[in-house]
Amino acid sequence: MPSNTRPTQAHFVAPIDETPLVAIDSVKAEGKPSNLWRDAWRDVRKRPMFWVSAVMIFIIVIVALFPTLFTSLDPRYCQLSLSNQGPGGGSVLGYNRQGCDIYARIIYGTSTSLSVGLIVTFIVAFLGILFGALAGFYGTWVDAVLSRLGDIFFSIPYILAAVVIMSVLSQYVSVWTISLAIGIFAWPATARVLRAEILRVKNSDFVMAATAVGVTRFRILLRHVLPNSIAPVIVITTISLASAIVAEATLSFLGVGLPSSTMSWGNDISQAQVDLRTNPQTLILPSIALSVTVLSFIMLGEVVRDALDPKARALR
Amino acid sequence: MAGYIARRLLQAIPVLLGTTFLIYFMVFAMPGDPVVALFGDKTPPPQVLEAVRERYNLDQPFIVQYLLFLGGIFRGDFGVSFSGQPVGDILAETFPVTLRLAVLAVFFEMVAGITIGLVSGLRKGGIFDASFLVISLILISLPIFVVAFVAQFVLGIQLGLFRTTVGPGAPIQDLIMPAIVLATISFAQIVRLTRASVIDTGGQDFVRTAASKGLSRRRIVPIHILRNSLIPVVTYLAVDFGTLMVGATVTEGIFNVPGVGRTLYQAIIRGEGPTVVSFVTVMVLIYLVINLLVDLLYAVLDPRIRYAK
Repeated sequence: MPSNTRPTQAHFVAPIDETPLVAIDSVKAEGKPSNLWRDAWRDVRKRPMFWVSAVMIFIIVIVALFPTLFTSLDPRYCQLSLSNQGPGGGSVLGYNRQGCDIYARIIYGTSTSLSVGLIVTFIVAFLGILFGALAGFYGTWVDAVLSRLGDIFFSIPYILAAVVIMSVLSQYVSVWTISLAIGIFAWPATARVLRAEILRVKNSDFVMAATAVGVTRFRILLRHVLPNSIAPVIVITTISLASAIVAEATLSFLGVGLPSSTMSWGNDISQAQVDLRTNPQTLILPSIALSVTVLSFIMLGEVVRDALDPKARALR
Repeated sequence: MAGYIARRLLQAIPVLLGTTFLIYFMVFAMPGDPVVALFGDKTPPPQVLEAVRERYNLDQPFIVQYLLFLGGIFRGDFGVSFSGQPVGDILAETFPVTLRLAVLAVFFEMVAGITIGLVSGLRKGGIFDASFLVISLILISLPIFVVAFVAQFVLGIQLGLFRTTVGPGAPIQDLIMPAIVLATISFAQIVRLTRASVIDTGGQDFVRTAASKGLSRRRIVPIHILRNSLIPVVTYLAVDFGTLMVGATVTEGIFNVPGVGRTLYQAIIRGEGPTVVSFVTVMVLIYLVINLLVDLLYAVLDPRIRYAK
């Protein structure tokens, strides 16, 4: 047997030296099969925007994990005598109204924003995948119930919902409760995207083949349908990380977010409002930190979308 | 047509019941005393607590409370604000201002967004297109309150082009800057949507036919390409109405626009829970009605939607 046929192959494959038509019937076993993920990675690697966002996110993660590497100052140590003073004397960016070091507060605020972003993304992905997969795959009444449930949650803008939840939970404010308040209303978009993709994938030949050889329904969903419909979920999840960071900052800005004892860019921006005329950098600098972080994740989401969605690629 | 409207209205009922129930559940089914929780770290006078308890019928079983609350909504009774003014009256006073602001913002984002999206789409890959792709990414990343403060600082304080806060009566010239700020939230999305749609439509057969029968570019672009590209853009505006409401809350708060958003903003800032609940309920209802109206409008404009299942 020539090496280019598989032992289990049922039908006859002509040996290479006998026929010039070999290419039609032979199976190339050694060549790497085409694969969405490998193609996507090849595409992503070539784009400068990917490397820019990857480096920015890497730096942001390092800052969040090891703030002491970047500043030796304590962000909670504030001296009123230094109130609204400019840079100089050991301070890189100057002081805010309370006389706290702006730079140290920005550095320490990074981990808050990032943790809320990650926890919300986890909640949204978990609920979205669970409900979207069940609704799309099992159809019938499961779909009807879950889709209507999604409609209801979708009809309340999630920041408004979070405002209500946080008003009620004002005694139990923490990174966890605020993430829950945002995440619990943000999942329907993910569920809808996954449901639509599963509806498309579940009629594929490979699903029928798996059914024919007796794979259980649940195993088909887990091993065959879900891996083949997860790409759009990854795209929307990357973007939802950015939205979650904005949502936390907005809630903190409105005063229903994290308590002022927690380092949060939203809190700092909110407190700096009164100094817009006199000391604008107390407001502008945390805003820049917030916007740059959000931009990094938006850029990553953009690259991922272009790589995984052929339609988006055509528009480039 | 009548069948479609009836079906769409019937579908709206469970969502309406569900959303109001959810809001009510979040507030009043929490462990502990919901009324005390609503006031956070404040201790309101006992009369206020009593009034709120009475207002929300908290001595009744939960489901009865909810039904009474729902009945109130159908009668147009949205509750009483912290200062004792009926929410309905406050709405009547503030809604026209918010409507003016929203119409102005939508006008700005549509005109600017569609123009730039059209030019980008027609010259795909050009320098104009490339630079607006970068600009739109940056705009998407800027939270609304950051845009508002930067506008207030640069345009209002440094250049002195606009007043930083809106004067009494909310004259239209004072609303221009808040409207521009509010427009930036969706502007970038409209540019990208229009661009994608223009590229897509530009490759359709009927555009090629129009070109090959000798029509001028000047006629093809507005009549054949632009008109057919606007459908997803208009749909987006309806879906995005929720973002617009949240944006209006923050923008009106920062620029002191005497609208619905500022009332909610101040209630949030002051921790006046019952007022927040009433206003969020009202906003969610407005959002549902707008989406319903847009869906019905579509069925009138586009026969394909009417007949599709």
